[in-house]
Amino acid sequence: MTFLPKPKLHHPELAENALGYTRRDYEGAISTLCAGCGHDSISAAIVRACFELDLPPHRIAKLSGIGCSSKTPTYFLGNSHGFNSVHGRMPSVLTGANLANRDLVYLGVSGDGDSASIGLGQFAHAMRRGVNMTYIVMNNGVYGLTKGQFSATSDKGAKSKSGAINRDEAIDLVGLALQLGASFVGRSFSGDKAQLVPLIKAALSHKGPAFIDCISPCVTFNNHQGSTKSFDYVRAHNEAVNFLDVIPAREEITVAFEPGSVEIVRQHDGSLLKLRKLDDTDYNPRDRLAAMSFLAKHREAGEIVTGLLYINPEETELHDQLGTTETPLNSLTEAELCPGSAVLAKLNATLR
Amino acid sequence: MLPTDTGSPDYFHKVVDCQYACPAHTPVPHYIRLIAQGRYADAYMVNWVSNVFPGVLGRVCDRPCEPACRRGRIEEQPVAICRLKRVAADYKTDISGRLPQGPFPKNGKRVALVGAGPASLTVARDLAPLGYDITIIDEGRSGGGMMRTQIPKFRLPDEVLDEECGYIEGLGITTRYGERVSSLKSLLAEPYDAVFIGTGAPRGRDLDIPGRQEAAANIHLGIDWLSSVSFGHINAIGKRVIVLGGGNTAMDCCRSARRLGGEDVKVVVRSGFKEMKASPWEKEDAMHEDIPILNFLVPKSFTHENGKLTGVVFEKVRAEYDEKGRRSLVHAGEPDVHIPADDVLIAVGQENAFPWIERDIGIEFDKWGMPVVDKDTLRTTRDNVFIGGDAAFGPKNIIWAVANGHQAAISIDLFCQGQDLKTNRPGPLVSLTSQKMGLHEWSYDNEISNSLRFAVPHAEKSASLTNIKAEVELGFSPTLACNEAARCLNCDVQTVFSDALCIECDGCTDICPVDCITFTQNGEEPDLRTRLNAPAHNLSQSLFVSGGLKTGLVMVKDEDVCLHCGMCAERCPTGAWDMQQFLYQSAKVGV
Repeated sequence: MTFLPKPKLHHPELAENALGYTRRDYEGAISTLCAGCGHDSISAAIVRACFELDLPPHRIAKLSGIGCSSKTPTYFLGNSHGFNSVHGRMPSVLTGANLANRDLVYLGVSGDGDSASIGLGQFAHAMRRGVNMTYIVMNNGVYGLTKGQFSATSDKGAKSKSGAINRDEAIDLVGLALQLGASFVGRSFSGDKAQLVPLIKAALSHKGPAFIDCISPCVTFNNHQGSTKSFDYVRAHNEAVNFLDVIPAREEITVAFEPGSVEIVRQHDGSLLKLRKLDDTDYNPRDRLAAMSFLAKHREAGEIVTGLLYINPEETELHDQLGTTETPLNSLTEAELCPGSAVLAKLNATLR
Repeated sequence: MLPTDTGSPDYFHKVVDCQYACPAHTPVPHYIRLIAQGRYADAYMVNWVSNVFPGVLGRVCDRPCEPACRRGRIEEQPVAICRLKRVAADYKTDISGRLPQGPFPKNGKRVALVGAGPASLTVARDLAPLGYDITIIDEGRSGGGMMRTQIPKFRLPDEVLDEECGYIEGLGITTRYGERVSSLKSLLAEPYDAVFIGTGAPRGRDLDIPGRQEAAANIHLGIDWLSSVSFGHINAIGKRVIVLGGGNTAMDCCRSARRLGGEDVKVVVRSGFKEMKASPWEKEDAMHEDIPILNFLVPKSFTHENGKLTGVVFEKVRAEYDEKGRRSLVHAGEPDVHIPADDVLIAVGQENAFPWIERDIGIEFDKWGMPVVDKDTLRTTRDNVFIGGDAAFGPKNIIWAVANGHQAAISIDLFCQGQDLKTNRPGPLVSLTSQKMGLHEWSYDNEISNSLRFAVPHAEKSASLTNIKAEVELGFSPTLACNEAARCLNCDVQTVFSDALCIECDGCTDICPVDCITFTQNGEEPDLRTRLNAPAHNLSQSLFVSGGLKTGLVMVKDEDVCLHCGMCAERCPTGAWDMQQFLYQSAKVGV
């Protein structure tokens, strides 16, 4: 068995972005996940999002924990910084990296085991601290690496491939993120890139903790009848609330929108999110409490609500709260880091 | 769009661009893989069955396959298909035991073939094993026709031609070489059931401008001059030579002249450089031998002194295009140019000539003096007379003559067996075989080579120019051949899609290195082409459209730049994609 690298040859008319890179420049090594894995689709969506946002690959840091999901950073952004951390501990490593160098774009990649079981505490605290990052959970509701046991996000009543029924209540990461203060919360499906790519783009350009729960069917252990994370089930129960378009800061809006049909959200970096409502419920993604009750209601009905579920573009992030320096620590010189005893004495005086 | 019917042999046939473009439909990727494996004799036989003259064509084919090669649409250059064919011929072991083994039981039918060029020899090869009593008549002393008389030996050595004509002559046919057929009527009076005419386009077009008669001693018709050189009747030419004409014959003339004492040899062409009929590589080879090509010069008169040629006067022209893009050459408004010369070779075209065919034997001719022929059956208006190659359609090239020969052989066989020539024609032999051997394992090499086209080594120029029989191209070494063969994209290994198995996971779309797969709403082709993941401008390439999938979408694959790397099939969790080798062998009789 061999895994050949993806051929270097590409379409002769492959598009370039503003930096002169093609989409292929944002790819990584060939994936060794199972053929058809939803995670590979999410990887492809991340590649496309970064390409379309013209992000310089060397200004992105991708961090992950352990699991199928956490292997994926090898398969995208091959020219970016990467850190494959300890199981469930990605959020604290990311928080540390972010504090040390706030100039990079932080992308945390995790799975339902990594974030909802062993790393649940880490997940919760990174959200409530307001770390500026995009946090994607590739959620397949199953422990694929250990052959298909239920994970903490498996729905109660779901059936495993071997026929066992899940008796435990599922952890809803979207609900947790909303409760814990994430300022951007979305949910999507690996099989719907038209929805997923703009959502990742919006998250990457969001200031503050941006969380995306991405349902990602495990073709090997969780794509059967009775599963609630299979391609068929998710497609049948997908309740998309809005359609998102991300307009980069440099592009001016020239089209006038009909009021009511489209909502425009201006993000901190100047980019605009154009939200087209898809359902008739008049869903308002700026109202956190309404979002929580809407989600709970639909969850009860067995529906999977997707789209941009909550956004607060004015929220502060960890650096604002701590009042840290604008300059990354690696750019500070000795003069700034050790300002001398006079400054120390002055500081001490303020504490007396 | 309606779902693509991949069950019809035509669909996948078109995807194999090289094979589709080849008039004889030689299964190119199939033999290139054999070459990569070092199975030269096997590769040779695949060729021999299809195109009869692999050694010859591997040197002098006009290669319609190469401009069609998919690789040329993805990077700069196509695969060197033609020169790989030569590799099979150069390195094969003895294949005589693999040829049809006579004596063949006779079927009592007699067929005469006029002319011993590629068309007639192909007819002979196809019909002889079926038991036909074949007689080939040619005025030359040996077979090969224009391949022997007009192609210089430095491009095609005699041994190669002798070997491949010999395989056919060894099938127990009668050769009447050295005999000229001067009357078809009297030939038809002999007891033949059918006659095939493969006499080529033997007459060089002349240039009737002032001075032509006066300076005739130093003005030669290109193809006649080439055959005199070929037979050794001519072995010298003046120091300053002008070759008139821009086709491959002109290139052969100028390069031959360089070897026979021509020091200042020029090719002068009416048209621009790009519009010249000569193949780009032949122009390159000529220029490499220090032969300038001068364009937009129309010959006006030959100048002469005391009955001896002194040069040619040319009018300078430029190209003008009308609104329909048709070109006309108009006077450039500059003074005429005189180019001094000791000899001039005229290579401005060839014509057919049938003075030996009586007009009262039921064979109709059109107003241009060409015989009326059915393009499918190659039958003339007389039921037992068939015609093919240059004789039927004017100057083309060897591979077309071979393709015509196969069709004529089918027709002659049907005719002699009393069957209808149109309705009973056999179809192609087609097979489609999965190449899957494991999760990530295929029985073809699906790794895509990033190498650019390898150049064929040439002999030292100084050595080539002093010996008119020394072959210029040395051919690929086995290592070079293997590396060049690896550039082939295996377009005959088809991406076969089963919509019933697809779960629409997007795995194939994500991995495809050339973005040729899209899942989208169905629509009409022009609309679909605008909605694919990558631009699909090449209308000559098909869209492969699946039936409706579970979500109501369809899978659309633009065949244009597919690398046939099998990544889609490796990523497919359900086996909806599979890589299957499509082998298409066009219809033939006999072999």
